[in-house]
Amino acid sequence: MRKGVMRPGHVQIRVMDIEEAVIHYRDRLGLIDVGRDAQGRAYLKGWTEVDRFSVVLREADEPGMDFMGFKVVSSEVLEQRKQDLLRYGCQVEVIPAGELDGCGERVRFDSPTGHYFELYAEKDQTGKWGVSESNPEAWPEDLKGMRANRFDHCLLYGDDIDGTAALLQNVLGFQLSEQVLDRDGGDMRVAAFLACSMKAHDVALVRHPEKGKFHHASFYLDTWGDVLRAADLISMHDIALDIGPTRHGLTHGQTIYFFDPSGNRNEVFTGGDYTYPDHPVVTWDAQQLGKAIFYHDRQLNENFLGVVT
Amino acid sequence: MRFSVSLGDGGSSFHCGDQQNLLEGMQSFQVGVPLLKLIPVGCRGGGCGVCRIRILSGQFETKKMSRKHVSDQEQAEGVALACRVYPRSDLSIELLSSAENNNNHSERESLS
Repeated sequence: MRKGVMRPGHVQIRVMDIEEAVIHYRDRLGLIDVGRDAQGRAYLKGWTEVDRFSVVLREADEPGMDFMGFKVVSSEVLEQRKQDLLRYGCQVEVIPAGELDGCGERVRFDSPTGHYFELYAEKDQTGKWGVSESNPEAWPEDLKGMRANRFDHCLLYGDDIDGTAALLQNVLGFQLSEQVLDRDGGDMRVAAFLACSMKAHDVALVRHPEKGKFHHASFYLDTWGDVLRAADLISMHDIALDIGPTRHGLTHGQTIYFFDPSGNRNEVFTGGDYTYPDHPVVTWDAQQLGKAIFYHDRQLNENFLGVVT
Repeated sequence: MRFSVSLGDGGSSFHCGDQQNLLEGMQSFQVGVPLLKLIPVGCRGGGCGVCRIRILSGQFETKKMSRKHVSDQEQAEGVALACRVYPRSDLSIELLSSAENNNNHSERESLS
């Protein structure tokens, strides 16, 4: 049952060189640069996103993800979910409005996999970039690079993915859309894909020995042609390619993976399945994990499984 | 300038230009040299730590590397991520075992 959590609203990513990172996310992914804050953090967004920002880059000695934020439908829902999180036993911290430029009060909580998530209800709504709200044209003409539409989801690696999935499902109303089970290992869950919307996933979790790891942040493109065009740009700019272009078995998205200059993985993808509340959980067998991840190659890739920040 | 990079075991070596990091040098086509997979290749951005090595001798420069994988002290002792190492002379290196890599967990940074 949905509980008023609307969508992934932001992700704060640690990078080792903020200027290199801004060039990557702005000029290669094609995100819109919406400015810096007093701490020197850089704010960006996909051009179709109505809120002020969705990606925050923070310079640090160690790459990875600081937190992922979800927008809820109202301040009342924010307060209700905060109380639910406290009752569930989460460590909850309220971050005052304005700590992120243009964002209202955030409710930050920890999770069994060691990741930090946030909820918030308010963020400056600056509208889609480059098109009007009335009689909008199809797209703005002066987009850069891969012309990423929006920040779409994150894949996070950690140990107790059952715990984090249960938290997201029970307290925040996420739906388990897909999972990978190890049929030879007592049906241990190896991966969980969760949606708070109609999308195939808004956040995904993969079992991994170490807590709090970041596998990728993903951005949506319009077409398979745009994924191939992204592949061309990856070669033109000598960006470290991970894998693709290919299709996933899980969620059936068409995809390519690459790394930012600090080694954080990015995905751009298009297509894929959708999730209605009455949909049964789609289950892949871990024994078919190669096909589940890379539908064409059907080969497991050590880097994709093990390389994280 | 091109330099020779040899593994401490004495068995294998490759050439690496001064504008190339060690992984780029290792993966370049070199006449008469088989394609080498001596050093594991990961994110190639100094972030994931899978290409962790120790430089036993020689001059080099490095770009920024994740402090999770190379501490200040380790860096002073020649530990580095091969994707961020640019040779300035012939180098002798050794791979660090994955066990050693996995034991190198620093405390999680505080959020801000």
